[in-house]
Amino acid sequence: MSTTVVQPVPRSFGRMMGRGARDWAPAIAIFVVGIALWEGLVRGLDVQRFLLPAPSEILRTFWDERDTLVSAGLFTFKEAVGGFLIGSAFAVLVALVLARWRPLGNALMPYAIAANAVPIIAFAPITNNWFGILSPASKMAIAAVIVFFPVMVNTLRGLTSVRPESVELMRSYAARERDIFRRVRIPTSLPYLFTGLKVATVLAMIGAIVGDYFGGSQEALGIQIRRSAGIFAFDEAWAAIFVASVLGIAFYGAVALAERVVLSWHPSVRGGRE
Amino acid sequence: MNEQAAVVSLRSVTKDFARGGVRALEEIDLDVRPREFISLIGPSGCGKSTLLRIIGDLVQPTAGEVVVNGKQAHQARLDRDYGIVFQDAVLYDWRTVAKNIALPLEMLGWDRERRSERVGEMVKLVELAGFEDHYPWQLSGGMQQRVSIARALAFDPPLLLMDEPFGALDEMTRERMNMELLRLWQESGSTIVFVTHSIAEAVFLSTRVVVLSPRPARITGVVDNDLPQPRNTDTREQERFFELVTEVRELLRTGDRSGEELRA
Repeated sequence: MSTTVVQPVPRSFGRMMGRGARDWAPAIAIFVVGIALWEGLVRGLDVQRFLLPAPSEILRTFWDERDTLVSAGLFTFKEAVGGFLIGSAFAVLVALVLARWRPLGNALMPYAIAANAVPIIAFAPITNNWFGILSPASKMAIAAVIVFFPVMVNTLRGLTSVRPESVELMRSYAARERDIFRRVRIPTSLPYLFTGLKVATVLAMIGAIVGDYFGGSQEALGIQIRRSAGIFAFDEAWAAIFVASVLGIAFYGAVALAERVVLSWHPSVRGGRE
Repeated sequence: MNEQAAVVSLRSVTKDFARGGVRALEEIDLDVRPREFISLIGPSGCGKSTLLRIIGDLVQPTAGEVVVNGKQAHQARLDRDYGIVFQDAVLYDWRTVAKNIALPLEMLGWDRERRSERVGEMVKLVELAGFEDHYPWQLSGGMQQRVSIARALAFDPPLLLMDEPFGALDEMTRERMNMELLRLWQESGSTIVFVTHSIAEAVFLSTRVVVLSPRPARITGVVDNDLPQPRNTDTREQERFFELVTEVRELLRTGDRSGEELRA
């Protein structure tokens, strides 16, 4: 009996993080070097502040303005998360329907692709008009629409990329279509779904911030960036961008973490053949 | 032998593929008796797998009749009369070994206790005890295929359909799996229809070898295999084994030639 077998990787959190630290070391090194280079160049070449402030200056501005910036960041973050949830939920629903009734999917896909080519952000003034310029709902709508396509396409690809034998096997058990969905198509689609969701986190943040640019509550982050830039307070604009980046990365990280939990069976999560 | 007794009964089964109007199977007549081990052998692409899928009601024949256990093939599938094993193990990556084997039992509505009891038996039968909680990617190809066989046998189907189950394995593993399959066949008392393109494998395993011609597949001949049971490693060295191998090889060649004459 062949015994080329890999023992199950113990799924202790500490071990996962330990491996994480090793994997992340090169990326962290590049980050540190990059920031140091930026700081050094700005100081060494005496770059003017409004062109490019040094990272230390951006950080100082952030600290001085932390209350306004963090509350503005969270305001926009809520818009992004709201849009993400609505858009993704709708996308998964549509993907399920299209995978279940393929002729319908074939009929609708060209329109979905065409709709994706529309510069959605240009609709921001229109959604402002629909939902009220001060309402977060108008930005959520923009974020939701932007998020929809990548999540829908990835989920649909996952639902339909099932090996034919997997379906034949289920049919040999006299399984009904809904059993095949529940036990084969949906589990197969999960890695694809998470790929879409991770892309969607970033898109939702972009949608919400750019949506803010077209007018909105004074509390919103996008408005802060636009106003700071308008009065040549570029260090404030940079500090706001810093807040947006941190929130965007945290959002992405949260979804990536959820992926690890949900796909704990997946070789990529369990460390592969070590 | 009356038709009622046959586990599988094929009458003038013909299959045309709509796309390109290719005829895959032509007028196939075959009866498989209980406890038989039938091998279907033929050149690759001749339609052996299609024939297997027609028996399993996974592909519909263009013409002809398929009766399994005295029922229409469709009813037999709904009654879960057969287990199926493909060339790839087709395990579900998100399920452990135990849960893969339990899948058909879940579909049959067995309760948890009964399932785990049966999974325990099956794991022992295919010698995978201790690997219940492993995921498929942690197993070698041969072990994965054993899980797939355990899954097919778990609900005790009277008929086992196997589509080149050992085709992707290396020669050594393949010969060992052949021995294991014969042991399982004898212990379970099921009937097996086995698709292969290895002459040696067909002769070693089966009670009858059905030789198919190139597309469109027709039955060129059926070789009754009188090699004594139970078979073992010595079987492959007996003179009779080589005679039967030659007989099958010549039938395959006849099928080839008649095809050429038709084309000429």
